[in-house]
Amino acid sequence: MQRYSFLSLLSHAVRRNKRWQPAWRDARLKSGYDVVVIGGGGHGLATAYYLARKHGIRKVAVLERGLIGLGNSGRNTQVVRSNYFYPASSAFYDHSLRLYEQLSAELNFNLMLSQRGLVSLAHSEHELETTRRWCNAIRMNRIDSKMLTPAEIKRLAPPINLDTRFPIVGGFMQPRGGIARHDAVVWGFARGASALGVDIVQNCEVTGFEIAGNRLWGLRTTLGKVAADRVVMSVAGYSSPLAALAGLRLPITTMALQAMVTEPIKPVLDVVVISGSIHAYVSQSDRGEIVMGAGADAYNSFAQRGGLTQQRATMAAVLELFPSFSRLKLMRQWAGRVDITPDTSPIMGPTPIQGLYLNCGWGTGGYKAIPAGGDTMAYTLATGRTHPLIAPFGLERFRSAALVDEGAAAGVAH
Amino acid sequence: MLRIHCPYCGLRDEPEFTFGGPAHCERPSPSVDDATWTEYLFFRDNPAGMHYERWAHTYGCGRWFNLVRNTLTHEILIVYPMGAPKPSYPAGSL
Repeated sequence: MQRYSFLSLLSHAVRRNKRWQPAWRDARLKSGYDVVVIGGGGHGLATAYYLARKHGIRKVAVLERGLIGLGNSGRNTQVVRSNYFYPASSAFYDHSLRLYEQLSAELNFNLMLSQRGLVSLAHSEHELETTRRWCNAIRMNRIDSKMLTPAEIKRLAPPINLDTRFPIVGGFMQPRGGIARHDAVVWGFARGASALGVDIVQNCEVTGFEIAGNRLWGLRTTLGKVAADRVVMSVAGYSSPLAALAGLRLPITTMALQAMVTEPIKPVLDVVVISGSIHAYVSQSDRGEIVMGAGADAYNSFAQRGGLTQQRATMAAVLELFPSFSRLKLMRQWAGRVDITPDTSPIMGPTPIQGLYLNCGWGTGGYKAIPAGGDTMAYTLATGRTHPLIAPFGLERFRSAALVDEGAAAGVAH
Repeated sequence: MLRIHCPYCGLRDEPEFTFGGPAHCERPSPSVDDATWTEYLFFRDNPAGMHYERWAHTYGCGRWFNLVRNTLTHEILIVYPMGAPKPSYPAGSL
């Protein structure tokens, strides 16, 4: 692997940038692996990277139906945060944020992590009460969080309109929350994994599972059969149809979550602003685009495109918060297939089929969890023991009713 | 935007309707085992294709009905009343 540094930039520049190597190796499928990861998104590539780096398991393949990073990893709004309500979620997501904080250095790849602060708004006295409870719960979980007055919110986000139909009466902030460049997260993990010997195989779709008795021993793919000791599914919105190929049923509903950006403008908004009540989240990218998102479309969808109804609701909410943005033109709009669980918490860990593991159910918030998802799944695959951080997120919690209901606790889930 | 044919009011735009999740989920008797309850409460058909689902015409007649919709194309094939048996859709329409 070519290391990137100021000196390498300089030496390539004087050689007219003709000697750059590809960041990672586009591999051919071999006949067998210790671990096969299905899905070349952030979670899949991070799992492969940590398997190789932390556990020395290098006979690993990442199979991607299309090209890496073109699913939800490239369709999110880049928000990273760990302001969750329940201790189980807080511990997991803060582990993820801590990993993000050191990943640029570790991967030698600039993820452009910008911990600019994440501001959540309250639009009524009652919401302010629950916000205070939420803020305190986060502090009890030893994560940074503080209450804000309307004046402080105005100072942090000058273009905001405090006098909305339901006026902003306060809010809270996670200063360590922010955004990180999503393509860089995918490419950084791909480069790191590839350098450690992981095979990244693109345009390779899994068409079936080879199961004997109750033990998985391989996969059928469009590029032929491949033997595998352990397999993990990291395919987000496509989890239900893929699991059905293995005879598994999942508590997942796939919906379309859309996001959109405006034309680029000069810096006007330093923080990420979230309103759970009128439902929108807004930030400004480093390129100057205003990045906006809101709720998922109301109905099941595998279409990877969003409907105008939800787009209009998102726009209405954003313009209520930032009336001056009405002058901007929308430049792009897109949607991802999100895999929503009944409690909006992920499903991670073993399945009833020996050798087959799940990493799914991320719904509208998988991006922030990429490093921790990869780290804990790698541990689980390598040792055969469920990582303590993901023990509460197993598939069996639906039968025992030990749900981690962040959807109810943490308002806007994204 | 979807355009949905309400069986009582005719063709209307999506914002008038409320999505009600999958149709034909029968509530089991309280005496069944945990596995059956878990299945009823949490597990869903989540097809990339034809989906049987419930809608309510909230800002119209307010009545509920079922329909069959393709989750890949959003094409609505069949609209049918609540309580009617699950219709089969024409072969090759996926």
